[in-house]
Amino acid sequence: MAEEQDKLLHEITNREYEHGWSVDLEAETLEPGLTEDTVRFISAKKNEPSWLLEWRLKAFRHWQQMTEPHWGLMHYPPIDYQALSYYSAPKKKPELASLDEVDPELLKTFDRLGISLQEQKMLAGVAVDAVIDSVSVKTTFKEKLAEKGVIFCSLSEAVQEHPDLVKAYLGTVVPIKDNFFAALNSAVFSDGSFVYIPKGVRCPMELSTYFRINAMNTGQFERTLIVADDDSYVSYLEGCTAPMRDENQLHAAVVELVALNRAHIKYSTVQNWYPGDKNGKGGIYNFVTKRGNCLGENSLISWTQVETGSSITWKYPSVLLKGDGSKGEFFSVAVTANAQQADTGTKMVHLGRNTSSTIISKGISAGQSNNSYRGLVKIAPSATGARNFSQCDSLLLGSHCGAHTFPSIEVDNATGKVEHEATTSKIAEDQIFYLNQRGIPTEKAVALIVNGYCREVLDQLPMEFAVEARKLLEISLEGSVG
Amino acid sequence: MSMLEIKNLHASVDGKPILKGLNLTLNKGEVHAIMGPNGSGKSTLASIIAGNDAYEITEGSIEFEGKSLLDLEPHERAAAGVFLAFQYPVEIPGVSMMNFMKTAMNEIRAQQGLEPMEPAAFLKRVREKQALVELDAKLANRSVNQGFSGGEKKRNEVFQMAMLEPKLAVLDETDSGLDIDALRIVAQGVNALRNTNNAFLVITHYQRLLDYIVPDVVHVLANGKIIKTGTKDLAFKLEAKGYDWILETEKA
Ligand SMILES: Nc1ncnc2c1ncn2[C@@H]1O[C@H](COP(=O)(O)OP(=O)(O)O)[C@@H](O)[C@H]1O
Ligand SMILES: [Mg+2]
Repeated sequence: MAEEQDKLLHEITNREYEHGWSVDLEAETLEPGLTEDTVRFISAKKNEPSWLLEWRLKAFRHWQQMTEPHWGLMHYPPIDYQALSYYSAPKKKPELASLDEVDPELLKTFDRLGISLQEQKMLAGVAVDAVIDSVSVKTTFKEKLAEKGVIFCSLSEAVQEHPDLVKAYLGTVVPIKDNFFAALNSAVFSDGSFVYIPKGVRCPMELSTYFRINAMNTGQFERTLIVADDDSYVSYLEGCTAPMRDENQLHAAVVELVALNRAHIKYSTVQNWYPGDKNGKGGIYNFVTKRGNCLGENSLISWTQVETGSSITWKYPSVLLKGDGSKGEFFSVAVTANAQQADTGTKMVHLGRNTSSTIISKGISAGQSNNSYRGLVKIAPSATGARNFSQCDSLLLGSHCGAHTFPSIEVDNATGKVEHEATTSKIAEDQIFYLNQRGIPTEKAVALIVNGYCREVLDQLPMEFAVEARKLLEISLEGSVG
Repeated sequence: MSMLEIKNLHASVDGKPILKGLNLTLNKGEVHAIMGPNGSGKSTLASIIAGNDAYEITEGSIEFEGKSLLDLEPHERAAAGVFLAFQYPVEIPGVSMMNFMKTAMNEIRAQQGLEPMEPAAFLKRVREKQALVELDAKLANRSVNQGFSGGEKKRNEVFQMAMLEPKLAVLDETDSGLDIDALRIVAQGVNALRNTNNAFLVITHYQRLLDYIVPDVVHVLANGKIIKTGTKDLAFKLEAKGYDWILETEKA
């Protein structure tokens, strides 16, 4: 069987990236380089109020004093921040009264991603705010959302139309000085989504944004802010793919979530960025800061992520549990193949009384990849009656990959209860043979077993995206038998 | 042309010979029973027919409907109509029985050049076959074999066999550990499927199963070979006298 496995491993390593193509959108791109002038240019381009420019500049000046963190279990050549371009916008900015006005190239892009807007429009229940290279070009279902008072637009637009909301919450969950990449993002963030759900409103549809990195050498600095007011609910999905590139592309996004009293935010990510060739060359560097603040009592923030892409993933969606009785959840599947490196996990910071958190992490490694779970559960002195349950499972496909867990637990209140379970396993040959015997070829068998292994996490995804995530898992693991 | 023709089969695992020149011919419409002491190579034979590559075939041939089975991958053998009811069915956490069965069914159909089965027809078949083996419908929503009792696992194997309607079914000690009711149900499943176009190879330790599934031929497998072939009476004799007398005659 070893020989056959080698063959299959070889096949997957040589498989072309499905979304590897690029579309000419006549991008308007800023020359590479990063100075105060760059920051001013971006801010001016977006016609931002002066408070936001000052905010960006403060972040920039701070960033200049910081050094890139290297504590993750990852290896990559130094990033030359002066060699990147920090602004790129599609030149044709369509006035989207109807789809006919959309740049046909753009529609083609969506078609290839399998999310044509025509389809989306008909697929009632899903509003898409598509971000192509920094500038949001399409928002659908706006009216329907507006009826309920839901605001769902690009962050740039929100800065213009809802400045008070943006000003009140921007940078409150991830402060500009939080970390190197967050500071950089705060200085040069291009665009992203803004969501506000008013008191007592249950958002009538899944909100979904497809991010896409499109222009050459363009750093991508998305910034998303979601605020759920008292007694509201929203489910938000972020999905990403990127075209094939020779040079590594830096992606340093920031996502901030704020849940007020009894609000519930469900944030799901399916990430399929270009992982690079079999040696990891050309893939996306994904350094993301995602954090939620359960500010209100009995609020709930739930992160679900399926990470299959990028050559480097550095990502720790976290929850600050401030409100009494608030809950944080983290459900994660991280798949690495070939030379991919993922260092991902979560931080659950318990501050309020009777707060609770759940962490379910499934790491799957194949090829020569490295997959690390890094987590922190902190129970502050104020968090009387706090509880956490963590389960971190690793699955190894093949014998050249690595799985690591770095769970960190700090309990400063004697009533705190923390449970941690961890397992490392391999797919058993007898499982594969059993499925083979029922007519299922090995690749499919592996996909089925892996899907089963991730079920707890996949079950958290909204139905329509769970299907997509399953497909992605299958694609990214084709042939990785061990 | 016979359905299964095994000639002079030698097989080993980790260099240790297990099958040592086994011959067996099975025609369609027939049920053969294989009996034999523990460790004699019965499960090995079953695994080799199904294509488990943990075993190295050092000599001999296996033909299925006139074609060499050894050239086919395990999933291709399944599509050709070979089914193995495992002695120890494997658990697959998180994969529901329904999803598993649907995937199996459609993968086999795809290999046969057929369209996937209509969901309604599939569900109908599931219900029919569940009823046949008196399998609790709730089990369909559970993960494959996970948390199934011993008896449920065995009935689940027969359920899968009934779903896939193979040409050749090898049952590896499907009766072991079953009480008399479960045994009757398993036999009922097999008998319902039995027809002139398929064949069964029933591996068992106990003559009692053969009261329910009446075999056309009984073989005794010992030390990696078929050392005696007879009718159902042979099974009675084995039950009463054990294997030693044959092994003795064999030596003599
Ligand atoms: N995968 C294996 N690895 C090592 N030894 C094996 C393996 N499978 C079977 N054997 C050995 O081969 C012999 C026959 O086993 P088996 O076919 O399971 O016998 P039976 O089913 O008749 O009880 C036994 O000695 C057993 O230990
Ligand atoms: Mg056996």
